[in-house]
Amino acid sequence: MVTIETRDASASARAETIISAQKVNVYYGDFQALKEVSIDIRPRQVTALIGPSGCGKSTFLRCLNRMNDLILNCRVVGKLLLNGEDIHRPGFDVVDLRTHVGMVFQKPNPFPKSIYDNVAYGPRIHKMANGRSELDGMVESSLRRAGLWDEVKDKLAGLGTELSGGQQQRLCIARAIAVEPKIILMDEPCSALDPVATGRIEELIFELRRDYTIVLVTHSMQQAARTSQRTAFFHLGELLEVGDTNDIFTKPRHERTEAYITGRYG
Amino acid sequence: MSTHLQKRYRRQRWFVAVSRVTILLALLFLVGLIVSIVGRGWSGFFRGEVQITVALPETVLENSGKVRASVYKKLIHKALLTDFEQHGITDAGSLENIIGFQGALKLRQLVRKDPDSIGRTITTWLPAGKFADGYLKGDLSTQTLVELQVEPDLIRYFEILDRSNKGRMVFNWSFFTLGDSSQPDTAGIGGALAGSFYMLLLTFVLSFPTAILAAVYLELFAPKNRWFDLVEININNLAAVPSIIFGLLGLAVFINLMGVPRSTPLVGGMVLALMTLPTIVISARAAIKAVPETLLAGAMSLGATRMQGVFHHVLPAAMPGVLTGTIIGMAQALGETAPLILIGMVAFIHHIPAGPMEAATALPVQIYLWADNPLRGFAERSAAAIMVLLAFLMIMNISAVLLRKKLEVKW
Amino acid sequence: MAIRERALLGVLILATSMAVVTTIGIVAAILVESLRFFSIIDPSSFFFGTLWSPQIAIREDQAGAAGSFGFIPLLVGTLLITLISLAVAVPMGLAIAVYLSEFASSRTRGQIKPILEILAGIPTIVYGFFALVTLSPILRDLGAELGVEVAGESALAAGLVMGMMLIPFIASLSEDALFAVPDSLRHGAIGLGSTQLEATARVIIPASLPGIAAGILLASSRAIGETMIVVMAAGIAAHLTINPLEAVTTVTVQIVTLLIGDQEFDDPKTLAAFALGLSLFALTLVLNIIALHIVKRYRQSYE
Ligand SMILES: Nc1ncnc2c1ncn2[C@@H]1O[C@H](COP(=O)(O)OP(=O)(O)OP(=O)(O)O)[C@@H](O)[C@H]1O
Ligand SMILES: [Mg+2]
Repeated sequence: MVTIETRDASASARAETIISAQKVNVYYGDFQALKEVSIDIRPRQVTALIGPSGCGKSTFLRCLNRMNDLILNCRVVGKLLLNGEDIHRPGFDVVDLRTHVGMVFQKPNPFPKSIYDNVAYGPRIHKMANGRSELDGMVESSLRRAGLWDEVKDKLAGLGTELSGGQQQRLCIARAIAVEPKIILMDEPCSALDPVATGRIEELIFELRRDYTIVLVTHSMQQAARTSQRTAFFHLGELLEVGDTNDIFTKPRHERTEAYITGRYG
Repeated sequence: MSTHLQKRYRRQRWFVAVSRVTILLALLFLVGLIVSIVGRGWSGFFRGEVQITVALPETVLENSGKVRASVYKKLIHKALLTDFEQHGITDAGSLENIIGFQGALKLRQLVRKDPDSIGRTITTWLPAGKFADGYLKGDLSTQTLVELQVEPDLIRYFEILDRSNKGRMVFNWSFFTLGDSSQPDTAGIGGALAGSFYMLLLTFVLSFPTAILAAVYLELFAPKNRWFDLVEININNLAAVPSIIFGLLGLAVFINLMGVPRSTPLVGGMVLALMTLPTIVISARAAIKAVPETLLAGAMSLGATRMQGVFHHVLPAAMPGVLTGTIIGMAQALGETAPLILIGMVAFIHHIPAGPMEAATALPVQIYLWADNPLRGFAERSAAAIMVLLAFLMIMNISAVLLRKKLEVKW
Repeated sequence: MAIRERALLGVLILATSMAVVTTIGIVAAILVESLRFFSIIDPSSFFFGTLWSPQIAIREDQAGAAGSFGFIPLLVGTLLITLISLAVAVPMGLAIAVYLSEFASSRTRGQIKPILEILAGIPTIVYGFFALVTLSPILRDLGAELGVEVAGESALAAGLVMGMMLIPFIASLSEDALFAVPDSLRHGAIGLGSTQLEATARVIIPASLPGIAAGILLASSRAIGETMIVVMAAGIAAHLTINPLEAVTTVTVQIVTLLIGDQEFDDPKTLAAFALGLSLFALTLVLNIIALHIVKRYRQSYE
């Protein structure tokens, strides 16, 4: 049994929580991928999930919008509360959940549609806009916030799949923002991108954290350090440590954490 | 939940319901098809028999080796009339409806086998005539017979046969051994089966090795250039050419130009071989592609030439897939009808072909011929022949699946 | 390379060239006979003629003296039956494919797919028999009940049964196309809060549209070239009509009708079959080439 060290408990004794995971266990068939993971996610903050490959970061991220439902042999046990509501409670609607909890994937996955249609996809299915001009406005503001507007404003009818990798990923972020989620889950959003594109996405994450709750899986310590306020360290399916990013990187409690972030192990 | 979301879910439920109904419809169609065919065809596998006590007077049958069947028919009809008297039947119309020519042939056969029976009176079962056959198999109900304006006395006699257990239904083996005939009760699929057999054998012999060699060349030896693309496009297109076009090819080239005898399994097999070739090539290529390249590299690293590596290692490893594709191709060939019609395999052929050079018909063509024959009883034969065809196809397809399961190696 | 190896390679090339030779043989055969036909019958009267009656001699001394060879009624009949069959098979096949690929549990899929394979493996002569002895009488009786006259060999009966034959074909090709769509698109759509249906209808189907379209083209080509169903269930007399309740004839039916007896190769009736064959070959070839080209491009785009 692992004790989770909550270093920042003193800062705000009962800090605000938007997502609360309580003793979450995940199994793929017989294999247990997550063991008794408990963590509180704070609103309007970036929480970075780090840890060696295969430790269950993606698995945990997918718990938060129940994307694990799509994996056939995957079973999630434990409590996951969104604003205090159990997202596994019968009658709780997944489609609704995913509307509020958006997701950006490791590999950019724009739809083979126009840039405009990619961003307008969410507002359209959720009937968020009344009329074309309102939709146009949503598309523009989402693209602006994703920092892509200037690059694509003249070719909105062009295919989203024909953009560069970094642009595609920002398009996917714009697409997610357009649905106006409260939370955005990002699974290694920069792993397929070059350093310049990565820099842009990081800036974007930094921008977005004022309005959104972001949970970010990353393999880059620098990225976690630059963009996140809180960091959680996973190891072999267990959450070893979670706390202020500064604290984790400067004085980690757990020797494994230290080993990992200093690059001696991973 | 918002009303909009509810609406979205409703739409989804609708779609799922509609698709399920669609699947149900397709299923229903399959069931309807099978019921319609089995319902019509099952009786083709059976025939009615009537028990009769017939006198075989020496005076008439003296020289039994030469006595014609019509003589036996007269004896049978005399026996029937005797039986009628007992039951007070006066007007039963044509006696052929009870025991016909088939019955006479059978009786002659019995007497020839047992000459001692001449001069005695024997009781035996004989094949039933047209209406009796239908009645005994339950094909023709009393009501249908009334509608067909059959003599009431005949119907009464059928009921008497029934009650006194002198009518029965037996399996009709002759359906499998007889050739085509102008009369439904003497028509069998023996000739068609033989024709299809020779044809498939030929198709296999011609197309299987050719297809494998072509697949090996394309996958493992051919340089990937413009010619390769062209050949590939050519093969893929050939697989989608309507089968009737192959019939035209056979007619113009094989029969007219090369002088291959018309209507024979030989020309049929050649046409079907060309038609099946691309199908087998495509599946053989897929099977060869699935074999990991390391196998060939491994063999070659041990000093084998590329050719040896391919034929000793890659091809055997690909064989299950190749065979599965071949069986499916052969099943297609077995059911193919249109090209065979064009090369003259629709001729009426009574005898059973003894070899691929004799004029013959094929099972699906026989089905077509009988289905088109307006004479009562042929539709039933046609449906029965379909059942046989489907049974063969089922066996082939199941063996293909089993083969794949049993021999398949997961790479 | 050793001589044996080189000889073997020669054998391989020879075997491969068989497929090419077959195609050349087909093209040459139907082209030569068609040219002979067109030397007797004016091509424009063939391709634009609206009267098809090869059996009736209009004038004894007329060229060919065999009647009139107008292709249009056959083409219209063929297309009418093809359209009816596609109207049945495309929505049904697509619905089945989408359901199996996106909605059904793997157990259901495992149960339904073999049934579709059975349907796909049934020879068309069997479908033709069903149309002839079961469906046509049903339609005729139904028509009588409703007070409309349905011909004994209506385009509708042939088209419906052909549609049934095409359902598994379209379903399996469409399923392949849907299967080729990467899961990342599915997850992308679901992650934005789509229902399964929205993800399917707005993202997955549009993404697989080229593959589905190619499948429909291949199915059309099959319907156009299908012979036994129409030989048994459609008519022989050529009526120029688009009324599905009437009897129409098709290109393939006429090929069979012209060639079923004894053939004489100097008779325009025999040669006409090859001209029909040429038209049929050209028509289906174009459809096949387009379809196969789309399939190839489409596969590459997701590889
Ligand atoms: N669909 C699946 N089926 C079975 N096992 C799975 C599946 N997905 C993940 N796993 C296993 O669960 C464990 C956690 O996987 P997960 O993808 O969450 O790791 P991760 O921390 O995201 O790794 P990475 O940094 O490499 O992305 C791994 O051991 C993996 O093999
Ligand atoms: Mg991961």
